[in-house]
Formats: sequence, C-alpha cells, structure tokens
Amino acid sequence: MTQILKDFPNIASLRSALDARKISAVELTHTLLKEIAAQNALNAFVDLNPELSLEQAKTADQTIADGNAQTLTGIPIAHKDIFVTKGWQTTAGSNILKGYKSPFDAHVVEQLLQAGTVSLGKLNCDEFAMGSGNENSAFGPAHNPWHPQVVPGGSSGGSAAAVAAGLVMAATGTDTGGSVRQPASLCGISGIKPTYGTISRYGMIAYASSLDQAGPMARSAHDLMLMLDTMSGFDTRDATSIQTCRGVGNQIGRVKQDFTQHAQHIAQHGAKPFSGLRIGVPEEYFGSGLDNGVAKAVMAAIVQFEALGAQKVSISLPHTRLSIPAYYVIAPAEASSNLARYDAIRYGHRTEQYTDLTDMTARSRSEGFGAEVQRRIMVGTYVLSHGYYDAYYLQAQRIRRLIAQDYQAVLGSKCDIILGPVNPTVATPMGEKNQSPTAAWLADIYTLSLNLAGLPGMSIPCGFAPGFDGQDLPVGLQLIGNYFEEGQLLALAHQFQLATDWHLRRPEPRTGDQA
Amino acid sequence: MAITASDTARIAKLARLRLSADAQQQANDELNQIFELIAELQAVDTKGIEPLAHPLSIIEEVSLRLRDDAVTAPGGLTERATLMQNAPGQHEGLFLVPKVLD
Repeated sequence: MTQILKDFPNIASLRSALDARKISAVELTHTLLKEIAAQNALNAFVDLNPELSLEQAKTADQTIADGNAQTLTGIPIAHKDIFVTKGWQTTAGSNILKGYKSPFDAHVVEQLLQAGTVSLGKLNCDEFAMGSGNENSAFGPAHNPWHPQVVPGGSSGGSAAAVAAGLVMAATGTDTGGSVRQPASLCGISGIKPTYGTISRYGMIAYASSLDQAGPMARSAHDLMLMLDTMSGFDTRDATSIQTCRGVGNQIGRVKQDFTQHAQHIAQHGAKPFSGLRIGVPEEYFGSGLDNGVAKAVMAAIVQFEALGAQKVSISLPHTRLSIPAYYVIAPAEASSNLARYDAIRYGHRTEQYTDLTDMTARSRSEGFGAEVQRRIMVGTYVLSHGYYDAYYLQAQRIRRLIAQDYQAVLGSKCDIILGPVNPTVATPMGEKNQSPTAAWLADIYTLSLNLAGLPGMSIPCGFAPGFDGQDLPVGLQLIGNYFEEGQLLALAHQFQLATDWHLRRPEPRTGDQA
Repeated sequence: MAITASDTARIAKLARLRLSADAQQQANDELNQIFELIAELQAVDTKGIEPLAHPLSIIEEVSLRLRDDAVTAPGGLTERATLMQNAPGQHEGLFLVPKVLD
C-alpha cells in the first residue's frame, strides 16, 4: 500500500509541494481518506465526513491558487474526539454522547480551520480522556502502528496512532495527566503540552478543569511549533484563558517568536549549540520501576544533549511520588463535578425504562458511562463529600503546591530545563493493565506532576527498547520547562532532531492483520 | 479506615449512578484499593501550606474573569432547533422530563 505522507517528512515539505502545485489539497485528502479506510484496523478514527473534508480541501486549494496560502493551508490534520466539532459527531469516546452533534466548534478547531488546515475526522481516545492506553473507549481500543497487539497509549491514543501511521501530518490532543506526552512517547512521535491557560479550553469536553490543557501531536518539534502557535491565544470564552505570558500577549505569533529567538541563540554556538544550557536530571525519575531499555535510551539522549554542549545537573523533585495520590484525588473530584452535566435531559443517552426523574438520570448515567469513568466519579464524589473534603481534597491541593514548589526550587536557579523519561516502559500489550484499578495509574508517575504544576512539557522520540513479542518499540524523552517556555523547549527539541533521526523512524504499514 | 457497603451505596446515590448489586460490590472493593493509594497523602505534614487551586498562582496573581452579563448569541427558532437537536425528549422548545409533581 502506498503511503502518501511518507514522501513528506514535515509540514514545510508538504507546504512546498502544495505551493508548487505538485499535489493539490483535494488529491491529498482523497488519498488519505482511502489510506484511513485501508488502515481501519488501527481504529484510530471514530468519525469521518469525507464530503466536509473535501470541502475544506477545496477551500484550501482556492486559497493557494489565490496566492494567500498560510503555513498550514491544506495540511491534513484530525481532532481528538474530545474537541467539539460541527459536522463530525463528538462523543468523548463515550456511549453517553453517542451521536452527539455539536452546534459549535471548539476554539482550537476554529483556529486550525481558520489557518487553512483540512480536518480528516475525529480520533479515538479514552472515554472523557480517562485512561492511558486508549482501552477505555466506547469505540473499542485504538492500536499502536508499531505493533497491533500493544496499546498506542492514551488518552490521546487515536491521535498518536494516526500521526505515527502517516494518516495525518498532525493531530490535536489533550493532556490532563500526560495524555499528549505519553501516547506520543509510545508511538514514536512528538507532542507538547503547553503552559496551563495558553490554549483555550472552549469546546474541549471537560475532565478536570484545573489540569486539562490541549496540545498538538506531530512528527517533529518544528511541526509542533507551527501547530501550537496557531492553537494558542487568549479567548474570553474560557475563564482560565490567560491574557499575558510574563508580559507578552498570549496570541498567535508568541510561540513562534520565542522559538525563533531561541533557535537563533542556539545557532550562534556552532558545533556546540547547547553551550551554556543546564539540563536538570531528577534523581526521582530514574529509580526503581523504570524499565532498563527505556532508561538506556533516555540516558543516551541526555548524553547527546551533553555532546551538543549542555551541562548535566543532578536535581531532586522530592514530592514526585505524591503526584499520584494527589492527582487521583484532584482529577476525580473535578471530574465528578464536570460530569454531573450528563443528566439525560438536555443531551446524551437516556435510558428506556425509569420510574422518576432521579431514576432516569441515574440509570442513564450508569448505562452511558464506562467502568473507569464511573470509578472516577465515585472517587471524586467521595472526596468532595461532607466530612472528607478537608482531609482529601484540600490536602491534595496543599500537596499540589509542594509539587509546584519543587519545580520552582530548581528551574532557573539550578537548571534551565529538565529531562527525563515520559513513561516507565515502552507500550504494553493490550489488556495487561485491566486487572486492578490502580495498576495503570502508577505508570503516570513522570507525567502527572507537570499538570498539577501547570508547566509546559513535551515528548520527543529518543530511541527504542525491546518490548512485547521481542519487538523494539519507541521511547520518548520528556523535556520540561518553566512557565511559558514552550518556545525554548521546541527550539531545543528541534536542534536535537537536527542532530538525530529518531523522529524520522516510521512503522511499517500493516493492513488486515489486526484483531 | 475501610469504605463500607453502605458508604458505597451513599456515594453512588450522590453521584447519580445506579449500580447493580454486583457492580456495587466491585465498586466497594475498588474504592478500598484506591483509598489505600490515596491514604499516603494523610501522612504528609502540610501545616502552613495553602491549597493550590490554580497552578499559575504559584508565580502570579490569578483572578478569574467574569463576562459581561449580556446576550451574546443570536436567538431565533433556527438557533433553538440547533441547540435542542441533541435532546432525548423535547416538545416545541421545551425539554421533556418525567413528571416531578403529582
């Protein structure tokens, strides 16, 4: 089977081909829709609307013909099913929203449409973004393009699988506890979660509002920069959207300008581009529980940073361990509140038989929500209930401050960025973590603290380690920066990708052999 | 402190979930496992530490905005129909629910 996007390693190369009329957006869209159908076994897409995709492609071709093409005009993308979209159904991977048609587009969807991208559809994810293997989806699991029997990660699993399989150039994701970074890591692509509040949450179905943040997933740091720059910006429709980032307006162009400045600064150092850069390596990120193969690949990437001129500094983030219990109090608490809106009255699944209003709501919710969602609603309801609020919820929020302070104690004074693993292992076989409710949660150890602190972080491919079936599977390197330092992180990741080729590795397309 | 079956039943009621007897038993077991994990929080000394609700308040003052109390969306029968198209039960712009008053 042909893979049209294989000929284009990044958005810039596809941009050139589109501008030179070597390919049209309509041809590209046609071909990709066929490839999506051929790779149906990945279960990456959960809703398609070919007519609408082709309409967007036609508009893009006209824009190009008129000489008004922007960076992303005609670039094929797709949206995680957490973002509401006009024209494609929006379900958050849940039966409770089966067939839901949004009357409006999410802010992120609007921004990317305005920039000229062509959306190919909606991508599979864990129900309401709760999960880390894309196994909690009402549509069934998405598969990892590197091996059909391992998970793509989650919750943005369909996004990661679609990008890794070359079905889109980039995709949107959301990251509440690692849901952009972890699947990016497990599928061998790049993904970034920016500082909390820099991308509007308007139209992003809420899971845990003080942690939720959108982020792009793509094949390179430079492509992420182009996507993130377009997705970012102040929006009055999100009460926690921020207006200024350390004095600079939160608007399109901020990330790009920061990136360019950092890239120029890096370029001045010639063969040692990272001269003067202090990379903090937290001892807590390399303890027991980290797979040897993953540790090796991550350490090799750190050595590569040193070879490029960076100086390694040992640091400590002493409260890392507590991020798991703190997160699993705060996130379920916010989820139980956010998901109270699914009442079977205004929208969503309604049960067939009921005795009264309360019974109707309760039966509908238990039929519509999956097991993990109900579990987290129960936990959240408990920790917010009378007599436990202080002991659990407020205590978790106090520990959240300690975790955020850990980062502020080192970022700036001891190091400029932090490097470490994203996930303790490579992608695991499907079904492995379904035995106990907390087994999968423990693997979130390296990603949760960032959401609790609201800091930006990203994952880029840094090698492979042996996994299921003896196959080598991708490993991600996590880069963590201080608030609003997305531009710096992306510039450093871009430089790393100029010196390495991990991000260019692609899985062999598989057809018809998936379960 | 273990979570009892009656605790679980009370939480399910508060959460508007209707669990079967089996599901309730399972939820009870799971909640106990989860609270074993969460219990670790209790041992941490947080005297004098303020809860952190908004992450950016660690570096700057955060005040949440209120929008103007004004009509912002156009309102008409077409808009109403679009907004109500997802309702499981509706009649002439009204959401239908089971009878709540006798």
